[in-house]
Order: sequence, then C-alpha cells, then structure tokens
Amino acid sequence: MIPLSYYLVVSAILFAIGTAGVFLRKNLITILLSVEIMLNAVNLTFVAFGRSHGTVDGQIITFFVMTVAAAEAAVGLAIIIGLFRHRESLNPDAFTSLKW
Amino acid sequence: MGLATLWASFDPYLRPSVIGLMIFVVFNALIIASAILVLAERKIMGFMQQRYGPYLVGPHGMLQPIADILKLLFKEELRPKGADRWLFTLAPVISVVAAFTAFATVPFGAETTFFGLLDEPIKLGVSDVNVGVLVVFAVTSMGVYGIVLAGWSSNSKYSLMGGLRASAQMISYELAYATALASVVMLAGSLSLREVVDAQSGYWLGFIPRWYLFLQPVGFIIYVIAGVAETNRAPFDFPEAEQELVAGYNTEYSSVRFALFPQAEYINMATMSAVATDLYLGGWHGPFLPPAYGWIWFLLKVGLILFVYIWVRWTVPRYRYDQLMQFGWKWLFPAAVLNLIATAALILYFNA
Amino acid sequence: MPDTILFYLLAGVAIIASTLVIGQRNPMYSIMLLIVSFGALSGLYITLDAPFVAMAQIIVYAGAIMVLFLFVVMLLNAPQEDAAEWDRTHPLRRPGFARFGALLAGLLIVQLAWALMRATALVETPVAGRGDAAAISSVRALGGVLFTDYMFAFEATSVLILVAMVGAVVLARREDDQ
Repeated sequence: MIPLSYYLVVSAILFAIGTAGVFLRKNLITILLSVEIMLNAVNLTFVAFGRSHGTVDGQIITFFVMTVAAAEAAVGLAIIIGLFRHRESLNPDAFTSLKW
Repeated sequence: MGLATLWASFDPYLRPSVIGLMIFVVFNALIIASAILVLAERKIMGFMQQRYGPYLVGPHGMLQPIADILKLLFKEELRPKGADRWLFTLAPVISVVAAFTAFATVPFGAETTFFGLLDEPIKLGVSDVNVGVLVVFAVTSMGVYGIVLAGWSSNSKYSLMGGLRASAQMISYELAYATALASVVMLAGSLSLREVVDAQSGYWLGFIPRWYLFLQPVGFIIYVIAGVAETNRAPFDFPEAEQELVAGYNTEYSSVRFALFPQAEYINMATMSAVATDLYLGGWHGPFLPPAYGWIWFLLKVGLILFVYIWVRWTVPRYRYDQLMQFGWKWLFPAAVLNLIATAALILYFNA
Repeated sequence: MPDTILFYLLAGVAIIASTLVIGQRNPMYSIMLLIVSFGALSGLYITLDAPFVAMAQIIVYAGAIMVLFLFVVMLLNAPQEDAAEWDRTHPLRRPGFARFGALLAGLLIVQLAWALMRATALVETPVAGRGDAAAISSVRALGGVLFTDYMFAFEATSVLILVAMVGAVVLARREDDQ
C-alpha cells in the first residue's frame, strides 16, 4: 500500500531534473530529451491521481500527452536537423543572430 | 520422521518449483530450438537444392550445430579500434534479451495439473498478462535497438548504413504487423493471448476448427509477411545479404557477440511462429489429444510455420531495399487497414 | 512488502537514470539511459494498475520516439562536446549563474518533496497495491471512455499527428533540389 504522495514526489523529482536539463545543457538534442523527461513526469502524476480517484481519466489524458509528445518530438527533431544543416553545430549559443 | 512427512513438508514449495521448472524448460527449449533451427535450415536448404545438407558430423549431420557453436566460441573476440566500448557489447545483448522476453507472454498449453501432482492447475506459459498481445509487440519494437546500435557502434560507414536500413525496415513493417494483430483482437474481444486461443476452441459443422485463419485469411497472410520482414529474413533480408555485396550491420562482430545475432534472429522467428499459431491457428487445440497434451499440437503447428519460413527463404528471390520499403508502406499497410475496417464492419453486421 | 521494494527499486532506477541523462557528454548514452528510465516508469505504471499505459509507454516512447532521436543523432553524426569545452560548460563548474542554477534545481526538489510529504490528504491515500483495480485496468474500460467522452480529442489528435508528419517531412527536406 503505497500512498499517493510517494508517486507525486517521484514525479516532482523527475520534473525538476528535466527542468535542470533544459536550462543547463548546451546541446539541442539533450535539451529535447529533458523536455521528454518533464512530459513523462507529468504522465506519472496523471496516472497516479487517476488511480486514486478510481477512474480511467488519468490514463486517457496520459494517452493524449504521449501522442502530443510524439508529434512534438518529430517536429522538434526536424527543426534541429534544419538548424544543424545551417550552422554545423548543436550548441544553442551558435544561433544568436537575433540577439542585439 | 518418515519419508511421508518429509514429502509433505515440501508442499508449500511445490507450486513455485514447478513454475520455476517450467520457466527453465522454456528458456532452454528456446536455446536448443535456435541450434536445431540452424541445422534444420541447412538440411532443408540442402534437400530443396537436391543435395544432402551437413552430413559428416554425427549421424546424418545431426550434431552439426555443436560443431558450429564450438567453432564460434573459439574464435578471437575482436573489437574495432574506434568502436564504442559499451554500445558495441550492448547491442547483441539487447537483441537477445528482447528475443527471449518476447516469448515470455506466449502461452503454449492449456491449464494442467500435471496429472494430479498440483492442487490447482497452472497455465502452461511463462506468464499470463492481460495485455499479452501488446507486450509481444512492445518487446519486438525494442529489438530494433540491437540492430541500430550494432550498426552505429561498429564505427564503419557500411555497418551504419546496413543498420539504419535494417531498422527502418523493421519499423515500417511493425505498422502492418500491429494492424493485423488489431483485427484478431477485435474478433476475440481480448488482448490476452490465452483468451484469444480459448476463443478458437470448438468446431463448426463438427469438423472445421474455429481457427481465425478461416475468418481472417487476408489477415493471416499479412501477419506472416510482416513477421518475416520483422525478423529480417527470407525475401526481406537485403540489409543482411548486403554482406555479399558490401557489408551488413554485424560485419565487425566476431565470436560470441556475433553468435548472439543469429540466435536472436532464430528466437524471433520462433516467437513470431508461436504468436501466429496462437492468434490464427488455434494454439494448442487439436483433435484426438486430451487438452493436457495440447502442447504437442502447439509444437507441431509452430514447426509447420517455421518450415514455411525456411521454405520461403530458399525459394523466393530477395527484394531490393526500395522495393521492400514500397511494398511495406504502399501495399501491406493499406491492405492491413482495409482488413481491419472490413473485420469491424462484419463484426457489427453479424452481431446487430 | 514486495510492493514497497518494487516501488523503491523502480523509482530509484528512474531517478538515477534521468539524472545521468542530463549529465552525459555523448548524446547516444543519454538516449540509452533515457530508455532505461522509460522502462522503469513503465514498471511504475504497472504498479498503478495501468497496464495499457505501461505498454503504450514502451511502444510509443521507448520504441518509437527514442528510435527517432537515435536516427537523428546518428545521421547528424552529432558532435560530442570535447573534453576541454565540456569541463568549461559542465553545469557545476561554470562560474556564477549556472552553478547557482544547478543548486536551485536541487532546492526545488527538496522543497517539492517536503511539501508533498506533508499534505496529509495525499499521504493517506493508498494508491498501489489496492485490490479494486479491475474496473479501471481493463483496456475495454479505456476504450469505452475514449471513444465516447473523449471522441473529439481522439479525432483532433489524429489530425495533429498527420500535420506533424507532414511538417517534419517538409522541415527536414534538403532545400537544394533542382
């Protein structure tokens, strides 16, 4: 019998790790991976709460989040491919031409 | 303290031990099956080409797999200089682990008490999950990583291209595979493989078994073709046969790491055949034998499908890679979708 | 008791693997570790009586999205940050803001964990290991709700995937075809 808050703590830790990865890494692919970590943490929260309420709604929302994450990963990677072709670098600091 | 009390004190451990023994038997059966398949392939290929296959080692060449395994074990373990240390070894491990795990949810016999040894019957199968069909599909998708990593970590352009092509092929044919599975799941009303088999018990008109093969002939053909493409075999083995032309994803491998790749391939073949038997050919149901011996029918049916696998490989010429991808996307997947729609429509029509 | 051990094991693997993901120099290793983390999360879903979501996680995330990442990393031959630059850009070694940011992430974790463990309503609700799971763990129940109450979202998601497919192909195409 594991209480709900244990799952929420795990989810919070994963979300914080994902956020740290987005802000601290200098590689576009790793940034996208950290975004995926965050989305997974949110999925875990949804399923845990759905289970505690005794409905399937948590799982349904998770289903949709997964689908949207797949679409977003596909488009994000296509953008990264385009950026890499332009500058030959995956460092976000290389794309600063709009900075004043 | 007599022997009877000693035997009775073993009682709480009886059931777990029987289950453990069954899992042990399945694991070893898979390993031995891959060895036997190596021999069977070469013998059948030989007979189809009007010659004997391996003939010298043992009576009629029956011990040839032992010679093959010993040869592979004694070869030198190479690792190319630029190859990634962890991923080079991890790739065949992933392939083999995925191959074994996929067989874990496949049931191969009815519930049995082993002739009264156990109080409650146990189900013959490593595990019984209520989403068994999805587990097989999920673990097969994980098998793609073995090939991709093998191609990339060999640090050779030809291996990389071979690995990418093989994995792109496997991913493309997973679509048709999953859609054919979905049609059967609709007919059976459950995702559990054991329930799909149980839905195929009984006979129409007294002598035609209620197999889904007769309800879904197109689905069966699509499933078998997609299964053959998934395991990178028969007419769809261009990325492997590139070794004759350029290179394949396992060129830089030798000895034990190399041996794991064909073993994974044969176990994947066995898993595909077992799942096809469970889904379309009625699993362990068959005439003349009591249900406790159903696993004999199961083995016969799996053997038949494996024979068809080997037969097709040595009969049909190989697809070129672009023909293979076109076939998968433009012909097989739309056919599978049409099959799904037609199945859904007919179910609604006959149940209304 | 075995439920608790299983939970701690899976949660530990997920957290450790995710921490290693953001700390790897080589993006291939990051992707492999993230697959491990997804596997652990899938196990957590199974303890929450959600077998379909667990399998969907393996099929969609670990089996499809990560393969896409892997393909992109291999095709781009993504450059590893080399050693000198890595030491300079590693979060805990960069002076000033980045080090401060990494510490703040740690503080966020501590604060969230503390707050969640104090909320008594949440602490007292057992979630894993309850016995009444049959109604919500069946795929039939999921399908029944998905195709009736959430029908619009389902159809909209299919359009979304189509748009994303077309968009990805257009964005990644080479511009120099005559």
